[in-house]
Amino acid sequence: MPLLDAVGRYSVRQVEYLGALAIQLWRCLRFTVRAHAFGRRRLRWKRVVMQMAEIGVHSLPVLCLVSGATGLIMALQGGAELRKFGAMDAVINLVGTSMTRELGPLIAAIVVIGRSGSAMSAEVATMAVTEELDALRAMALDPVDFVLVPKYLAMLVMLPCLTVMAVFSGILAGGVFTYYSLDLTLIQYFLRTGDILLMRDIISGLVKAGIFATVIVHVSCLEGFLVRGGPVSVGRATTNAVVKSIFLVVLADLICTAFFYFYWR
Amino acid sequence: MAAKFSARQLLNRHGREPIIEVSGLKACYGERVVLDGVNLNIRRGETMVILGGSGSGKSTLLRHIEGLERPSGGSVRICGIDLAKATDQQLSALRRMMGVSFQSAAMFNSMTVGENVALPLLEHTDLAEPTIELMTKMKLQQVGLSGVEDLYPMQLSGGMRKRASLARALAMDPEILLFDEPSAGLDPVIAAGLDELILDLKGTFRITIIVVTHALSSAFRIADRMCMLYEGKMLAVGTVDEIRNHPHPRIHQFVNRIPSQPEPSSHRYITGF
Ligand SMILES: Nc1ncnc2c1ncn2[C@@H]1O[C@H](COP(=O)(O)OP(=O)(O)OP(=O)(O)O)[C@@H](O)[C@H]1O
Ligand SMILES: [Mg+2]
Repeated sequence: MPLLDAVGRYSVRQVEYLGALAIQLWRCLRFTVRAHAFGRRRLRWKRVVMQMAEIGVHSLPVLCLVSGATGLIMALQGGAELRKFGAMDAVINLVGTSMTRELGPLIAAIVVIGRSGSAMSAEVATMAVTEELDALRAMALDPVDFVLVPKYLAMLVMLPCLTVMAVFSGILAGGVFTYYSLDLTLIQYFLRTGDILLMRDIISGLVKAGIFATVIVHVSCLEGFLVRGGPVSVGRATTNAVVKSIFLVVLADLICTAFFYFYWR
Repeated sequence: MAAKFSARQLLNRHGREPIIEVSGLKACYGERVVLDGVNLNIRRGETMVILGGSGSGKSTLLRHIEGLERPSGGSVRICGIDLAKATDQQLSALRRMMGVSFQSAAMFNSMTVGENVALPLLEHTDLAEPTIELMTKMKLQQVGLSGVEDLYPMQLSGGMRKRASLARALAMDPEILLFDEPSAGLDPVIAAGLDELILDLKGTFRITIIVVTHALSSAFRIADRMCMLYEGKMLAVGTVDEIRNHPHPRIHQFVNRIPSQPEPSSHRYITGF
């Protein structure tokens, strides 16, 4: 019985959490639309732009390195296997499609979780601890509207951009491999990659990036909003935000991939 | 804008009843009951000072009046609207006419002091930027702070931060002001200036002011009525003179600053050592 009890409690908590996430997302979307519809000062463009710089520009170098390294690793590993079948050419397909459809969005998401997701949850959690969120509420400003919406918009723009950069640097790294092993020039390599890639691959990658952006911002901020108590809970919120974001991003990736596999071929 | 208008209407329609009615309020943090059946009516335009020992639940009571906590029992009504049942629009309208200064100041640390004070104006009014800038300067001057607009809250002293938060509370020219220990950490001259400011506000604008304070001399000076919280109950509500001459031993002790007698057991403990 205690086991059943624990399982029950755990499930209820998880469902509650997902519910809170869904409510937050709904409110955020409403605020975003309303801010656009009435075109007032309410959308704090300055904050959005600052967040965009923070999320996008500053994580570009590390993202390109990670993604490039991954592209090269894939080309090497794939090349080692494909050589046995004399299908070395297929390395181009391998790197091109898997980067665009899968690894580009995923690597961008994980780098952004580490850099920005954690920073966001720490920021929001600190605001909760220092009563800044209460001060906002007492001023009739909704923290979801004031704190979350700018971050969400920034992420929604920047993560797809970062994904494009990740895909590009991954494919470029693959090109370095083929330059030495297949004697292809980079231009030839990119032309062949272009032939292989379908619009579908590119769109599905970008759709994933948008979904990941939603997951990252909402999970990170919700962890911050839920904080009660002192500075210790700020650290805990940050850890939770990173762990939950990674888990939910991978889960969302699986669902998207399955969806595209079955319904869009 | 529509929401703001309805708040004023509300206030006018509301007429003579108390602007704030706390009835049977029960507040808990987890298992712990902090307020238990607190009643308090505050009339429009009066200044109410809330007294009470440290940890007696004064800040908690204010948080309930601000609608930041959900009561475990009883209700808080402002202009006749029960905060727990209010719609988002009503709550937002009510909050726009309240100015709140927290005990911890609660300044937004990512913004400059000027931006902090200007924030409610930027968000809730259609005033032009230069007007807002001017008003920000004025509000800061009112609390004796000038030339700090471009500093960040963390670059101010504790007392300055406190005053900046008062300026932010005043920014929207609120109908109801809630100050949690406004003079804590201020030097006597500035604290006296603050009393004058409060007297000024209530003289000219007929604002309803609720102040939590431990500074008795200032409390007696600014209050129309006072109340005292003790062990989760409202011990007494009355005019300044009524409270000053109240027969209840706790109140007598509090307003005359008589220290608690050491408990016999602890006394023995100390001497027996
Ligand atoms: N967030 C919280 N979580 C748990 N308990 C709390 C919390 N905030 C306050 N309390 C408890 O509630 C009681 C009342 O706290 P409150 O802050 O309202 O006191 P106060 O009268 O404002 O005291 P002070 O004069 O020191 O500011 C205290 O005993 C405190 O321990
Ligand atoms: Mg307090």
